[in-house]
Amino acid sequence: MMLLKILFRNAFHNKLRSSLTILGIAVAILAFGLLRTVISSWYSGVEAASTTRLVTRNAISIIFPLPISYQEKIRQIAGVKIVSYGNWFGGVYIEEKNFFPNFCVEPKTYFQLYPEFVLDPLQQKALLADRKGFVAGRKLAERFGWKIGDTVILKGTIYLGNWDFVLRGIYHGRDETIDETQFFFHWTYLNEVIKKRSPNWADKVGFYMIGISRPDIAPDVALAIDNAFKNSLAETLTETEKAFNQGFIAMSGAIVTAIQMVSFVVIFIIMAVVANTMAMTTRERTGDYSIIKTLGFGAKDITILIFGESLIITATGCIIGIILTFPAAKAFGHSLANYFPVFLVSAETIYYDIAAAFLIAVLAAIIPTRHAIRIRIADGLRRIG
Amino acid sequence: MTQQNNTIVEIRNVYKSYHRESLIVPVLHDITFDIAEGEFLALMGPSGSGKTTLLNLIAGIDKIDKGTIRVGDVDISTLSETELAHWRANSVGFIFQFYNLIPVLKAIENVELPLHLTSLPTKERRSHAEMALNLVGLSHRMDHYPGEMSGGEQQRVAIARAIVTDPTILVADEPTGDLDRVSAEEILSMIERLNTEMGKTIIMVTHDPRAAQRAKILRHLDKGYLNDDASQNPL
Ligand SMILES: Nc1ncnc2c1ncn2[C@@H]1O[C@H](COP(=O)(O)OP(=O)(O)OP(=O)(O)O)[C@@H](O)[C@H]1O
Ligand SMILES: [Mg+2]
Repeated sequence: MMLLKILFRNAFHNKLRSSLTILGIAVAILAFGLLRTVISSWYSGVEAASTTRLVTRNAISIIFPLPISYQEKIRQIAGVKIVSYGNWFGGVYIEEKNFFPNFCVEPKTYFQLYPEFVLDPLQQKALLADRKGFVAGRKLAERFGWKIGDTVILKGTIYLGNWDFVLRGIYHGRDETIDETQFFFHWTYLNEVIKKRSPNWADKVGFYMIGISRPDIAPDVALAIDNAFKNSLAETLTETEKAFNQGFIAMSGAIVTAIQMVSFVVIFIIMAVVANTMAMTTRERTGDYSIIKTLGFGAKDITILIFGESLIITATGCIIGIILTFPAAKAFGHSLANYFPVFLVSAETIYYDIAAAFLIAVLAAIIPTRHAIRIRIADGLRRIG
Repeated sequence: MTQQNNTIVEIRNVYKSYHRESLIVPVLHDITFDIAEGEFLALMGPSGSGKTTLLNLIAGIDKIDKGTIRVGDVDISTLSETELAHWRANSVGFIFQFYNLIPVLKAIENVELPLHLTSLPTKERRSHAEMALNLVGLSHRMDHYPGEMSGGEQQRVAIARAIVTDPTILVADEPTGDLDRVSAEEILSMIERLNTEMGKTIIMVTHDPRAAQRAKILRHLDKGYLNDDASQNPL
């Protein structure tokens, strides 16, 4: 149809202006997409959380430990299938900036409970056989070039001194959303050393990780666990893994909110830019729209022309922006792998991109369309002379 | 074709004023006259006398304050905005001083544009448009954009666009106002031929005496009043 021809050609008539606007939209969509990806990768731990796992910690604070003796009692509670446990170790490899998460765990139960960390059975056997053995995620091992059998020394920040470990296995994520940057070693190794140094601090764990048989019993089991330790020296707080992970994020909630706001500001700014472009182009075309109306075309046709042009420009920018988001996110994720172990552009982010672009297109077109429809033909034609 | 005396446009006691801020500026006063079918009328008068305003009213792109305007058997003063648009599409061909072609459409597409409001199938739209372009001698410019044509050529495309729907009346507002002498003569001859050979009723606003000479009848507007005596062109 002729109107489509007109609006397509109008959209690219002023090449410089259209290109600059499209570039602006592409950059805005790219920025928006990256910021949203930062947010979603922040939440990736929450998303990846299993609904059949609970975490039990000290009711007062995560920084206080629980006795190892709780393990037996928890295991006996109905619905509990596996009990594992661990401590945050907080070791540093060579220097501070080489940050990665490191924990001591009970490896046998831990890898049962976390099937998303895929470990070769032979490597697992080797790990269990070596008190000083450890397992690293694939990305972590690659980052420092560790090979099986290598000795790695971590400097303790909570548990002072140099700790030496031997790499016995490298785990892979079950899929690309799984964090492959973690470091796990034997809880018993840590405990033995502490026992020698300060027996009072020995036989303590930071948290219990509990596998239950069905998601729907989670609240009951959590309650049963906490009730079991009511009025003891160390009362417990049990929650789903998701809630537990969320608790960590809540601490950085303000930052997330700030990023979220910036992402909307970006969209708002580009909206103003596109609105300005549309206002300029439609003003220049006042005469065209008037002649089109003179020939007998109506408000509907003018609306199609202006909204169509706005949509084409924004859609082009949006598509370019989305296409650029993937390599950009890859580069971004690569250089910030330490902070964002999982940095993937989600489908949701793309939907947000498209929704934002659509919103931009529509809002930018409303006022120019109203103006073009309302202006009297005689006045619109007079503008040409 | 012989001139018929059937009235095609009937203008009765038409008043028109514009509102400028709080001021009301009267532009046309009690205009009454008829235009016969097949007539070629030149509307003359000094700048600001209301020629364009009157032409716009007859062509249905502006609304009168008082009076009636009939074109054919339609009282266009009673039509709604939408009905008026529909009526224009079928009944009026427009030629403007600045051609007013759509810059992003090729010559042929510009001519075809008004046919998109008719029920004509695609193929026939194209062949009608080709015929109209042929008539103004621009078949070889079919695929050119307005920016690639001279003023005279653009005006010829505009004429093709005006006649392609076979309208009841043709209105032209200073069609030669932006052209050099040679191109102007060419355009005038073409308009004249539309009248003499095809029997089109033409209403042309101009203040160029040379252009007015081509018309059969002259009417003068002065400060919004019609000088009652329609003068038969001496030609
Ligand atoms: N939209 C408008 N608002 C206010 N005044 C207007 C408007 N359009 C026209 N006028 C006034 O109406 C009067 C007649 O204008 P019109 O354009 O009909 O004159 P014209 O005879 O065509 O003049 P020209 O030969 O210069 O084209 C002028 O005084 C003009 O300023
Ligand atoms: Mg005028």
